[in-house]
Order: sequence, then C-alpha cells, then structure tokens
Amino acid sequence: MSGPMVKAEAVHKRFGHLEVLKGINLEVRAGEVMCLLGPSGSGKSTFLRCINHLEKINSGRLSVDGELVGYRQVGDKLHELRESEVARKRAGIGMVFQHFNLFPHMTALDNVTCAPVRVKKVPRADARARAQELLARVGLAEKAGAYPAQLSGGQQQRVAIARALAMEPKLMLFDEPTSALDPELVGDVLQAMQQLARDGMTMIVVTHEMGFAREVADTVVFMDGGVVLESGRPADVLGHPRHERTRSFLSKVL
Amino acid sequence: MPSGEVTDIEGRPEDIRAVPVRRPGRWIAAAIVLVLAVVVVHSVVSNPRFEWSVVGHYLFDERILEGLRVTLELTVIAMALGIALGVVMAIMRLSPNPLVSGGSWLYIWFFRGTPVLVQLIFWYNIAALYPKFNLGVPFGPAFVHANANTLIKSFTAAILGLGLNEGAYMAEIVRAGIISVDEGQTLAAQSLGLTRLQTMRRIVLPQAMRVIIPPTGNETISMLKTTSLVSVIAVGDLTYAAGNIYSLNFKTIQLLIVISGWYLLCTSVLYVGQYYLERYFARGAARELSPTAFQRMRAGWLSFGHHEGGI
Repeated sequence: MSGPMVKAEAVHKRFGHLEVLKGINLEVRAGEVMCLLGPSGSGKSTFLRCINHLEKINSGRLSVDGELVGYRQVGDKLHELRESEVARKRAGIGMVFQHFNLFPHMTALDNVTCAPVRVKKVPRADARARAQELLARVGLAEKAGAYPAQLSGGQQQRVAIARALAMEPKLMLFDEPTSALDPELVGDVLQAMQQLARDGMTMIVVTHEMGFAREVADTVVFMDGGVVLESGRPADVLGHPRHERTRSFLSKVL
Repeated sequence: MPSGEVTDIEGRPEDIRAVPVRRPGRWIAAAIVLVLAVVVVHSVVSNPRFEWSVVGHYLFDERILEGLRVTLELTVIAMALGIALGVVMAIMRLSPNPLVSGGSWLYIWFFRGTPVLVQLIFWYNIAALYPKFNLGVPFGPAFVHANANTLIKSFTAAILGLGLNEGAYMAEIVRAGIISVDEGQTLAAQSLGLTRLQTMRRIVLPQAMRVIIPPTGNETISMLKTTSLVSVIAVGDLTYAAGNIYSLNFKTIQLLIVISGWYLLCTSVLYVGQYYLERYFARGAARELSPTAFQRMRAGWLSFGHHEGGI
C-alpha cells in the first residue's frame, strides 16, 4: 500500500506581505482526480505551482510521491535541492497552462519531443514515434507538422497535453485548461482529459467547468481566501454544500 | 436573380466599376521629384570634373580591394565579438546576483558612454599604460609574459575597440529580446524539467531572435561604416587605402566615390541577408511566411496576365 501522491500539510505561501495560501491541508491518492474550485484569487493556481516548485512555499510541508518538494530532509534539517534535482523532479510532473504556452517556434511534433530528447535523452527517432502516438491519442495525428499559430486554441491545448504526457508523468496538473478557449472548443479538451482520467492518471485540475468536476472528479475541493473551505465527493460538495460561501459561489457559476 | 444581385455570366457578384478620385497634388509632387532627378543625373553625367574614368580606373585597384578585405574582416570579427559579449552581458544583466548584474551594468555604462574613436585610440596606446601583460594567478605567479606593443598591434586594437564597444550595444539589444519573450514560455519549459540554461538556449533565445535580429542588422551595417574610423590608428581598411591614394594623386572625390560604391554594395548585401534571417526566425510567429523576393517576382509575373483592368 503506497502513500498519497500529493500531501500538503499547513502549506503557507506569501508574496511580499500578501498571504496567498494560509495553511492548505490536503491529500491526493494515486489515480485520483481532484478538482480545485473557487473564485479567482483564492490561491488555487498558486497551490498548483507550489506542487512542482515553480513557486517556493514559505512554511508547512508539501510532498509528491513521498518526497518533499524542493528540499531534502537530513536529520531534522532541510537542505535546498540543487537546480538539476528540482528539474529532474519537475520532469515527473506534467503541467498544462491556461494559455497553453506552446513553444511557438517549434512544430507540434517538436513541442512534444523537445523535453524527452533534451531532458530524458531519449533517442530522437523513438521520441518522434512516441510523439506521433500521443498526438494521435489527443486526435491531432495529422497536425504534427503545424506550428502553434496555425492551430486553434483547443488544438493547441491538446498538443500541450500531449507535450506533458511525453515525459510520462506520474501526476498531471491542469491550471484552468479551458478558460482561454472558445466555448465550442472546450469539449475536445475536456474529452482528452476525461480519457486520461479513465486511463488512471493522477490529476489535479483547477477549473470552472462544473460539469467536468461533477462527472470526472473523485474529489472536489472548494478554496477561498487561501484556505480549503470544504472538500468531498462531487455530489456532496456541488449538490449539498455546507458552507455559505460555497453555496453563493456555486449559485453564481452553475 | 431573386436577391436582386448583379452577377456576371458565371454567377459571381460583379466587381464595382467606378470613376477614381482625381489626385492633382500627387501628380504635381511626382513631377517635381522627376524634374529634380533629371537635374541631378544630368549634372552628374555632364560635369567633366567628376572624372568617371578615374573612378572606373580605381574601382578594382589592388590597394582598394585589399582595403575592402580588411574592412570586411574587421566588420565580421568585431561583430562576432560584439554579439558574443552582448549575449553574455545580457544574461549577466538579468542575473539575480547583484554583483554579476552590476558588473554588466558597469560595462555597458562605460562602453556606451565614451566615443568609439576615443576607445580605439586608447587601445592603440594601451602599451603606455601596461607595457607588459602577464597571464597567471591574480597577485600571484604569472605563467605567460607578453610585450603589449607586440601583442596589441593596430589591427588588434581596432578589433578590441570596435568589438568591446559593440558588445555594450548588443547587450541592450539582446536583453530587450529576452525580456520580450512571454514568461509562460519559461514556466512551461521548467515544468517539463528543462534546466535554466536549456530553457535559455532552446526556448527563450530562439524566440528572442525575432526581436534581436532587426537591430542587429542595423548594428552590422553601422559597424561596416564605423570601421572607417580605424584609419586613424593606421589600419589599412577601405577608407585608409583611399586616403593613401588620394594623398598622392589628389583625386579625392573620385576615390571617395569609389569607396562609397563599395560601402553601398556591402550594405546592400547585408540588407538582403537580414531579410532572409528575419524570415527564418519568424517561423511560427506568422501563420504563413512572407514570400521571398524571388517568390514575389514569380507571383508577379504569373499574375500579370490575369489582371483585369489594372491601372
């Protein structure tokens, strides 16, 4: 029996004097899909970035797959990890961004092969074959040679998902993956994510898509003002919210 | 037609045919430009004191061609040094370590703040300040000794003066390019496990090139002309070669025309090179690449016969 994939204990994060996370406690089991909901500015995206150490936490403990994020514990002392070690750990965690952040000077295929070739030193031919498979899996086999600017937002986001999957991550982080898309393009991206969830990927998804949260998530977490207000099965949190704040938020977005 | 549209035989909507607005001002301006051009050309051709035969005689003179070779060599080496220094200084300038970024700031401040001519003469006379160079541990033993006068000849002084000065300008250009790349690119690269160096080399710099290349082309063209300053420290460049000749035969204007022709030819070649470089680094930025000059010419010829009406 293995421990949780992600474990956060009293995680605090400040930007200057602004306290963005005020003690986050939560656990994500392997294979679980967790949706983070909440108004903007509630700290969801910041928390996501802390998980792969794009942001440093100020206090508390945050671990992925049993290992501390960004530090090594020796005795009761914490040692900061070297940059190369941080990079190696990030390689095992995929991230998908609101604005896709595809590399515009590379074709879709090169976007997907870049990290495996540069970071994992996979032979180029193998990486290309694998990338073709992944692009086919998100329904974009015939767009391998296209540059990001030649793709629609939904297609770009699916390439971004394939790019993250190419590193064979054990955990996928989605930061509002559909918020920048035209409404009619949202479906394709959600479908790709749903397929990924069905294949057993551990996923943390910051989203405003209540339908996706209800159907795909195992756990829904509602955050506000840097704390977790409530969490539980989607039917409970979305159907019978206990907190007044949750109720007023849901009534506005549903 | 039910919609009442005006269509031609094939059913396409017919193009509007209207009498164009008259623009007398444009015609007058064009006439003035034309007259001025004729006056200039006529005087250049008919004035015997231009002595075009002398220009033709010296155009491919051996000394001029040797000067041209030195000018091109100086331009290439000084620009290469300037670009390399510029990239290093730009990355240093963006370093979180205040000593590293401060060092870069000081470099840029000094070399941008003093005239390049002064720097050239300074390097030429460096032997007065440091007669001997020692390579070794600072304040410790030295392994290599060299005499400054033998090490820094005028060509080396020219390279140092032009290259170090260029480095300061290139640093600002490269820095602007790096800053112009969206921060999300760095986030995405880091989330994939690329190190900072890999992110800079593979992701940020290639995109920064789009912003870096046009001003760098400018700098190269400007460098080609700035090299003419090195004639004051006795480097045999194009301007120096011309000076040597006209100081003997007093055909000053003719020789200046000769070297101006060469400078113009070289800058024109650089223009073309810059165009193709920009096109190369624009890939991905535009949905379609702009056509090359040749493609445009071909398209122009092909569509020529298909124009309806025209001008």
